[in-house]
Amino acid sequence: MQLTLEFGGGLELLCDSKKIHNVNVEFEQQNGEDKLTMKGLLSWVRTNLIKERPEMFMKGDTVRPGVLVLVNDCDWELSGQLNTSLEEKDVVVFISTLHGG
Amino acid sequence: MEGKRSVRMCCLCNERRASLSRPKTLEQICRECFYLAFEDEIHQIIVSNRLFIRGDRVAIGASGGKDSTVLAYVLSKLNRIHDYGLHLFLLSVDEGITGYRDDSLETVHRNQIQYGLPLKVVSYKDLYGWTMDEIVKLIGLKNNCTFCGVFRRQALDRGAAFLKADKLVTGHNADDIAETVLLNILRGDIARLSRCSSIITGEDGPIPRCKPFKYTYEKEIVMYAYFKKLDYFSTECIYSPNAYRGFAREFIKDLERIRPRAILDIIKSGENFRISTTTKMPEQGTCERCGYISSQKWCKACVLLDGLNRGLPKLGIGRSRVAIGCKEENESHGGKSIESKQCGSLDF
Repeated sequence: MQLTLEFGGGLELLCDSKKIHNVNVEFEQQNGEDKLTMKGLLSWVRTNLIKERPEMFMKGDTVRPGVLVLVNDCDWELSGQLNTSLEEKDVVVFISTLHGG
Repeated sequence: MEGKRSVRMCCLCNERRASLSRPKTLEQICRECFYLAFEDEIHQIIVSNRLFIRGDRVAIGASGGKDSTVLAYVLSKLNRIHDYGLHLFLLSVDEGITGYRDDSLETVHRNQIQYGLPLKVVSYKDLYGWTMDEIVKLIGLKNNCTFCGVFRRQALDRGAAFLKADKLVTGHNADDIAETVLLNILRGDIARLSRCSSIITGEDGPIPRCKPFKYTYEKEIVMYAYFKKLDYFSTECIYSPNAYRGFAREFIKDLERIRPRAILDIIKSGENFRISTTTKMPEQGTCERCGYISSQKWCKACVLLDGLNRGLPKLGIGRSRVAIGCKEENESHGGKSIESKQCGSLDF
């Protein structure tokens, strides 16, 4: 699945200082469903994009508290957080709020 | 369980797609309603707390970070649309941290142009003769935040005085204040606890400071900046990894995830603390050396600087006495050795 991932608020430092990543995510079918969810994507990101200090990005299964997630410019709290299903060409933005203001 | 891609409508206008969930109210609202709610709430805070009067010269503490950038933007806008009649300035502090502050100052310079606000930059080097880089080289990564915090406080006051400002505003948000309340409880700092959740502080000092974002969630500030595409700098200070505040912050963030309202509730608790009248509180006076507000004989900045300098002339801190004459006094006064205290337990 082709997706555009953006990292902001300092998170880009964890992925080679690159803010925008156009990626092709290959995922396995889970429980007979062929949809990629945010949960699956996070796992993929941690493995494939995060080059250092993964604890700054994730805590357990989900993002570290203080990291905001937007799917197509919509707060993922509206679409079920980790259960948000993703579609081709979606844009997912991760913004960290954990820095000085 | 599959998340459906259904479109949720804004619960306020019901015309547009909802873009975010407000932590304060759990409302699901669209961008336009969010901008209006965000700006109007700040406006109500300003008005109901009587933060400003017409004609006030107001210095905005601007670091180039998310809070101060959004503060400058919103305050300018509200000043215009509600005709507060304020003269606004950007005031920045250059602590001399290479790779951090020099980059964020560039952002402030851009903000100056973007928002059309005059900018004043004060530097530790000019005021104290030391940059944070030099201080950290000397003392390492322990207690350095203490130096920086104390110095910054004074630096802002000096800058505001230079600008002949009547008030100083900072971008401290609800998360910050909740963290501070927790920090002061954990340290048992009664004096600070009684003051830290006030929206206006320092009215009996050189310049009153206010925090219009006191009830504004950090998440909303970031979302506002993101949707409005406001230009800000976002990296953690390179010298801060051991700061005690980091622990309070971690806790607050975990709390927010479980019950977002907790942040405002902690602030409310902070406001409601009453200190027993029999508790001994530090009395406020002035520093013997520089005249700055202080509860001890010397203000903390003077004590810290003295530890750094041991005899060099003081630059730009009020009327400084000849350094050599002070030397004996330093020892007897007990200018505390800067290595002797753990971070967070220095009493000032």
